[in-house]
Amino acid sequence: MVGTQPLIWRRIPERYRLHGSKCLTCNAEFFPQRQFCPNCRRKGKLVKEHMPMDGTIYSYTYVHSAPEGFEYHVPYFMAIIELKNGVRLMSQLADSEPESVKINASVRMVFRRVHESEAEEAIAYGYKFKVVD
Amino acid sequence: MTVGIIGYGTSIPKLRIKVEEIASVWGKNAERVSSGLGIKEKAVASFDEDSATLAVESARVAIQSAGIRAQDIGAIFVGSESKPYAVKPTAAIVAEAVAAVPDLTAADFEFACKAGTTAIQCCMGLSASQYIQYGLAIGSDTAQGRPNDALEFSAGSGAAAFVIGTEKPIAEIEATFSYTTDTPDFWRRQHAEFPRHAGRFTAGPAYFKHTLGAANGLMNKLGTQPKDYAFAVFHQPNGKFPYRAASILGFEKEKIESGLLTPMIGNTYSAATLIGLSAVLDIAKPGDRILVTSYGSGAGSDAFSITVTKEITKKARRQPVPVWEQINNKKYVPYAIYAKHRKKLKGM
Ligand SMILES: [Zn+2]
Repeated sequence: MVGTQPLIWRRIPERYRLHGSKCLTCNAEFFPQRQFCPNCRRKGKLVKEHMPMDGTIYSYTYVHSAPEGFEYHVPYFMAIIELKNGVRLMSQLADSEPESVKINASVRMVFRRVHESEAEEAIAYGYKFKVVD
Repeated sequence: MTVGIIGYGTSIPKLRIKVEEIASVWGKNAERVSSGLGIKEKAVASFDEDSATLAVESARVAIQSAGIRAQDIGAIFVGSESKPYAVKPTAAIVAEAVAAVPDLTAADFEFACKAGTTAIQCCMGLSASQYIQYGLAIGSDTAQGRPNDALEFSAGSGAAAFVIGTEKPIAEIEATFSYTTDTPDFWRRQHAEFPRHAGRFTAGPAYFKHTLGAANGLMNKLGTQPKDYAFAVFHQPNGKFPYRAASILGFEKEKIESGLLTPMIGNTYSAATLIGLSAVLDIAKPGDRILVTSYGSGAGSDAFSITVTKEITKKARRQPVPVWEQINNKKYVPYAIYAKHRKKLKGM
């Protein structure tokens, strides 16, 4: 699927370094990036902002039946992460043992291959989170 | 112009496989293999890790410990012999991930296990001449050995990154000296999955000749002797060669043990010497002098004479998680799971 390359490329700032948005009018932060502040509407002024790399697990699920491209990852955790600035995002957990995955557990962003593709395709890298002590 | 190490960071994967586990698969005497190589276990990259992800992780820590802005990095060089792409620079992936883009130069270096130290030399030149403010030099590998080959017992995974510059170094690099010849001791042809090596030939005319050539050349140039150094770090393809190199040069074995990690993580190729240096920087005191000598098959060695400065005692100038803590944070996997993670199973 050479057609996925533009999509991988467009998402690099977001996936590689958690590039989101901040509204200079109301100070709200958003991830992924937004063009428009839902609080301030036309009075909002959005600028690029790096999200913090640390947060906690807000909620999670243990995946045993994976979608295509993730078959070799099972079983794995998908979690909703609440970042230090309150922004929430969904992420796969890396290097995290079942006994350490708990609501409110501290997590930190890591850089990984996000999914498997065919041997000759471009590799999609991006964020995952891991539980830290 | 004084040039030195501004920050450093290490990334060691969490998975480990024991040499005895690999030996049991191939019907070999585990104790004999382990003591012959001087290796107990090795670090294994997970299915979602490769030399680019490890490079990024180590780079983020190095930039943090340097306390600099990523946009002030003018060059990123990544040394590796296990690039995720045959053609496409890992250095550009690192540059994006650490937010150093777009105003910098970047390239990947290959010289078997010494490409990372060569990257440091290039960053030294560019920053000392003030073409750039800071350079980021990385050694990163997820090396593979052919199943049942001697290399399968030793080939580990890891990365180390160094910010090189002239402002407030935690360690000054006083001099560097290299020794290079065409020596076919180890190679991997284009499209070949696993490397080939020349067995016993890899010791005398290869590792020792070049390691000793560079280390002696450096000490002659500076007029220093082993007694002037608190630590020595050598390339460590196994847990034994560095002891022999130290002994021939006249370093007490205590001086190399802080930077000798192959017994616990395997040979991390381009990262091996640099992770060893990181482990020394984790504990070194101001005034300590360190002799560092890498070795890359093919063949060559880069030697460095480094003196730790007072800056290292300041807050947050060492990496937050020391090498030994990363080594102890581990999870053992059996051979079958290792084979799955390293995609050694046909049809994956
Ligand atoms: Zn707003």
